[in-house]
Amino acid sequence: MKPFILALLALVVISVGANQILMNSGFSSADASTSDKSVRLSD
Amino acid sequence: MLRFLSLFAVIFALAVPAAAQDTTVDSRAATGGAQTLADILERQEGLKVDDAFRSEATGNPDVAAPVSDQLGTLGGASDPELWRAFRYGSADISTQNRGPAATTVIQDGGMWWLEFREGALLQIAMYLLGGTLVALTLFYLIRGRIKIDGEKTGRTITRFKAFERFGHWLLASSFIVLGLTGLFSLIGRKVLIPLFGHETFSFLAVGSKWVHNNISWAFIIALFIIFFVWVVHNIPDRTDLRWLAKAGGLFGGEHPPAKKFNAGQKLIFWAVIVLGGSIAVSGLSLLFPFEINLFGHTFSTLNGWGVPGWFGATELPYPLSPQEEMQYAQLWHALISLILTAIIFAHIYLGSVGMEGAFDAMGKGEVEEQWAREHHSLWVQGVLGADPVEKENSK
Repeated sequence: MKPFILALLALVVISVGANQILMNSGFSSADASTSDKSVRLSD
Repeated sequence: MLRFLSLFAVIFALAVPAAAQDTTVDSRAATGGAQTLADILERQEGLKVDDAFRSEATGNPDVAAPVSDQLGTLGGASDPELWRAFRYGSADISTQNRGPAATTVIQDGGMWWLEFREGALLQIAMYLLGGTLVALTLFYLIRGRIKIDGEKTGRTITRFKAFERFGHWLLASSFIVLGLTGLFSLIGRKVLIPLFGHETFSFLAVGSKWVHNNISWAFIIALFIIFFVWVVHNIPDRTDLRWLAKAGGLFGGEHPPAKKFNAGQKLIFWAVIVLGGSIAVSGLSLLFPFEINLFGHTFSTLNGWGVPGWFGATELPYPLSPQEEMQYAQLWHALISLILTAIIFAHIYLGSVGMEGAFDAMGKGEVEEQWAREHHSLWVQGVLGADPVEKENSK
């Protein structure tokens, strides 16, 4: 039973951890695909 | 002679309108340059229709009227011409988005994928998963639970160590959550919206996407764990042929000898590793859109080898647009996941209600010695040494 509980805990830790790492590493679609070079600053 | 002339007159009178009809139907000019009846009939028959009359009718800015004139403000292209340019990817688009697919506003070539994803794929999912559950239920009703034949000893043997069970449960729990959230994404719009409404589905869809994307890492890690822990025990050998020849003793009552894993378990192991690995790779391709392109190069290689010709098929599409790469990845990811889920249904059945004593292996890590002797006799001999009775008989 203990390995099962540990596996569930690991599941949560890995999921939240992976999300935090990706969010803080600039891997989001918005970060990867947008650029500030094409912003129209004036008409 | 008069009869002959009158017959000729009747044939001529019937033939002329028919010929006239043929020429007007196929004439592009008769439709003002738009599609003809022949185009529609060809499309209905699934034939390739030359869309040049449409894709090239996108206006001509070089002959545009000055902005002060009528139509001049559109730069020489009417609204329909502008939308055609969007549809066929010839519009000159400038966008802040720097993604590889940013300039494809309308992907005309993706309609087959959308229709397949919303139609045939859902039917495949229903028949595959539903059919497997029905087959397992029938098997249970016909064969019943596989019981321990001999008398139980009351002694147990350690079947799986704690780390092995940890890897198994990490893989199993992540796979179940991924399967459920994946099905939410696949069938949600068709099945869940009519049941729960848009708002509830929206909440479920956003939540299941977050969970699906992030739990995937646990699945990948668990896949590596079980591979390295169990690969040595899953290399096929001659014992497996004997086991398969007797169908694992499912129907005869005889228990063919097996090592730590029998041939059936080895098939499950390699299915999980190969199909699970393929799901993981295609999942990564979907998780990082347009970064990992798997299909264009593969299709090109297969075409080079002439593989489609072996099956009488035409060449696979190449090169693929960025969206097409994602569409193929999505279909592959879904189809392989459905196949693996059906296999895992059978695994869960045999590991729980289908066989007495089987769940203890993963539940407690300890199994009844008699169960082990019946289903993994060679493994038990390796762990405990030969059965004293068998040893006596073999003298």
